[in-house]
Amino acid sequence: MSDAGNARPAPAGAPAPAGVPVPPPDGHGVPRGAPRRGGPARLRAAAATPPGRLRILGAVLALLVVAFGAVTAVEVTGRSDAAGDVVGRSQPLSADAAHIYRSLADADTAAAGGFLAGAREPAGVRERYEEDVATAARLLVKAAANTDGSSAAAAEITTLNEELPRYTGLVEQARAADRQGLPLGGAYLRYANQRMTTRLLPAAERLYEAETARLAEDEGDARAWPVLSLAAGLLVLAALVRAQWRDHRHTNRILNPGLLAATAATAAVLLWLAGAHTLARAGLGDARAHGQDSLKVLNEARIGSLKARANENLTVVARGAVLTDDGRSDKYATEYGAAMAGLDRALAEARRLADDAAGGDPVADAAHWTAEWRERHAEARRTDEAGDYDGALKRVIGGEASTGAAFDRVDAALRKALDHEQEEFTGAAGRARDALAGLPAGAAALAVLGAVGAVAGVNRRLAEYR
Amino acid sequence: MDERGTRGGRGGRGALGLACLLVAASALVPPRHGPAPAPGAGPARAPAAEAAAAEGAAEDCTDPEASLPPSAADGPTIAAIRARGKLVVGVDQNSYRWGYRNPATGTLEGFDIDLARAVAADILGSPDAVILRAVPTNQRIAALEGRKVDLVVRTMTINCARIRQVAFSTAYFETGQQVLAAKDSPITGYDTSLAGKRVCSAEGSTAYEALERRSYGAIHRDEHDGTPRDADRYTVPNQLDCLVRLQAGEVDAVVTDSALAAGQAAQDPAVELKGTPFTTEYYGVAARLGHDDLVRRVNHVLVAYRAGPWARAYEKWLKADLPGISGPPAPLYRTEASS
Repeated sequence: MSDAGNARPAPAGAPAPAGVPVPPPDGHGVPRGAPRRGGPARLRAAAATPPGRLRILGAVLALLVVAFGAVTAVEVTGRSDAAGDVVGRSQPLSADAAHIYRSLADADTAAAGGFLAGAREPAGVRERYEEDVATAARLLVKAAANTDGSSAAAAEITTLNEELPRYTGLVEQARAADRQGLPLGGAYLRYANQRMTTRLLPAAERLYEAETARLAEDEGDARAWPVLSLAAGLLVLAALVRAQWRDHRHTNRILNPGLLAATAATAAVLLWLAGAHTLARAGLGDARAHGQDSLKVLNEARIGSLKARANENLTVVARGAVLTDDGRSDKYATEYGAAMAGLDRALAEARRLADDAAGGDPVADAAHWTAEWRERHAEARRTDEAGDYDGALKRVIGGEASTGAAFDRVDAALRKALDHEQEEFTGAAGRARDALAGLPAGAAALAVLGAVGAVAGVNRRLAEYR
Repeated sequence: MDERGTRGGRGGRGALGLACLLVAASALVPPRHGPAPAPGAGPARAPAAEAAAAEGAAEDCTDPEASLPPSAADGPTIAAIRARGKLVVGVDQNSYRWGYRNPATGTLEGFDIDLARAVAADILGSPDAVILRAVPTNQRIAALEGRKVDLVVRTMTINCARIRQVAFSTAYFETGQQVLAAKDSPITGYDTSLAGKRVCSAEGSTAYEALERRSYGAIHRDEHDGTPRDADRYTVPNQLDCLVRLQAGEVDAVVTDSALAAGQAAQDPAVELKGTPFTTEYYGVAARLGHDDLVRRVNHVLVAYRAGPWARAYEKWLKADLPGISGPPAPLYRTEASS
C-alpha cells in the first residue's frame, strides 16, 4: 500500500464503485457527521480539478489491484493448505485407518492359523500376529494424536483401545488351553474371533469411514473454485481497461506503460490462478480416480481375503461346532464363502479401475491365486470330510501346496497393488498441491507490481499538469 | 450333544424326567419285557407318548429307547462293511472326554470313540479297523442317510422324532440336563438359587427350552437373540462356549447335558455339577433306517460292553467329573421283529 503513496492519501474506505473511478463532484446530501466532513469536502475539492480526479483514479486503481492480489493470496492459501492436508494428513490418516483394519483382520487370521498348528506353531506365524497387534496399537496412538477428542473418530479409537487388549487376552487363553490339550482352547479362539468380528472390526471400519469422510472434505475444499478471486480479477481487469480507454479518449494517446503494466500483472495473476487451479483440480481428480478409488477396492479385496482366510482356519478349528442361524450349515464355511465372494467382486472392480500394467498386473496375479486358493480349499474340505483330518490340516496350513500358500500369494499381490495405487495417489495429489504452491506469493508480488504500475501510469499524466 | 437336536418328544420329557426320578427313588420298576429297562422307564412312559404326540412326533412312540433284539448274525450291511474292511463311524471332535481330538497327539479319543472301536473290533476283528469321521451336530442324520457313515456314535439322544429318521441301538448312557457353576457359587442346582443369576445355554438346546419353561428368575436370554445383533452372551452357538463365558465372569451358571457338563468340569477344576439332573435322556448309537442287521449287531456288542468294558471306559473318561453312576442303562428291546 505504501507504494501507492505517490498519489494523494486516499480517504479510508473511499466510496469508489467499480468501473466508476470518479465520484460525482456534487454529491447531494452533505454528510452530517463532523469527522467525515473533512474527507468528502477534500474529495469534492480534489475532484473538482482534473489533476485531483486523476489522483483519485490512481489511488483507486492501485487499491483494486492490491485487493485482488490479497484476496487471491488468501483464497489460494486455503486451497493449497487443503490440498496439502489431502496429501500430508487426511489421506495418510485414512490409509492408516485402513491399515489398522487390515492389521486387526490379519492378527485374527494369524491367531487362527497358529492355533491350528498347535504346539508346532511356526515362529513366523507368531511373529506375524505380534507384529499385527503392535502395528494396530501404534497406528491407534497416531490416529488419536491427530483426532479431535470429541469427534466420532475419537470414540472409535477409544473402543479399539479398550477391545484390543481383551482380544489378545482371549487369544492367549486359547493358546494356553490348547497346550493343555483342552478343547476349550478352540472355544476361546472362537470367542476371540467373535469379539474381533463384532466389535473391533466394525469400530475400525467406522474409523476408516470417518477418516475417509475427512479426506473427502479436505479434497472438496481444495477443489472448490476460488470464485471471489476470479471475480475480483475480472473486475480489476475491467476497471483498468476502462481507465485506459478514457485516458485514450481524453489524451488521444494509445499507450500508458504504467497502466499497461498493471493490466498485464492483473491478467497474469488471473491466468495463473485459473491455470493452477485447473491443474490442481485435475491432479486431485486423478488422485481420486486412479488412487483413492483403487485403494478403496483394493482394501476391500485385502479385507475380503483376510476374512476368508480367518474363516477357513476357523472351519478347521471349530470342526462343525458352530452352525449358521438356520442350523443348516457350518457358520465358518458359510462366512468363508461370503468373504471369497466379496474378494472376487473387489478384484473385478480393481481390475476395471487399474489404468496401467503396474496396477493391473498384481490385481490379475491376485485373481489367479484366488482361483487357485478356492480349488485347494475345496480339496481340503473333501479331505476333511473323508475323515482325514491331518491331511486336511496339511492342505490348509502345510507348505507350498496349501491354501495358506495361495492366500499368502493373494496377500502379497494385493499389497503390491496397494503400494502402487498409494504412490499414484500421493503423486497426483502432490502435483495438485504443487500446482498451487507459488501462487499466493506470486499473486501478492504481481499485485504490488500492478499497483505500482497503476500509480506510475497516473503520475505520468499528472506530470503533464505541472 | 443336542444343541440343534430335534426337539419333538423331548419337551414333555423334562417333566417326565422328574417323574422318573421320583419313581426310581421310591421303587425299582419291574421289567416289562427282557432285561430291566432304564430306571423308571415302565409306567412313566405313558405321559411321554402324550407329550410326544402333542409335539408332532409319531403317535405310536411310547418307547423310543426300545431297539431290535441283539444278534451276531451277518446281514447285507455287515457284509458290505466286511468287504470294505473298515467300519466308518461319525463322531464328535469337540466334546471333551466323549469324542475330541487331543491337540497334543492329534488323535480322537473319548468314551464314544472307545465304543466305536469296540464295535469295529467285534465286526472286523480289530479296534483299529475303523475310520472316524468328524460329523457336525446337524449333519448326524444326513451323514447316515447319505451313506457317508455306517454308524453315528456322537452323544446322540434317542427321541421319538429321531427314531423315524434313523435306527437307534439300545441306550448306552443315561444323562439329563444339569446345572454347572463355580464350586464356591451359592447356586445349588435347577432351583430358586438361580434367581437373578445369569445362566448360559446353547441356542435351541433342551437346556434353553427348560429355562424358557421355568427359569427360576434367572437371566438366560440375549436381547437380540436370533438377529444379527445377537450378542451371544447368554445363549451361545455351542455348549462349550458357555464355559468360556463362565470363566470370563459373564455368566454365573451353565445348563447343559450332565454328560457334556462333566466334560466342561473336566476342563476347569474350579467348577462342578450342581444338584441332580432334572431331565432323563439316553444316548444311543445310530444307524441308517433299515440296516437292521447292523443295529442288532451293535446291540449284541453292547450286551458284552455293558458287562465290563463300559465300566472301564466310564472310569477312564468320565468318573472323575461325573461320579455316582453305578452302571449303564439296562437295554430295552422291542417285541415285534421289524422296525
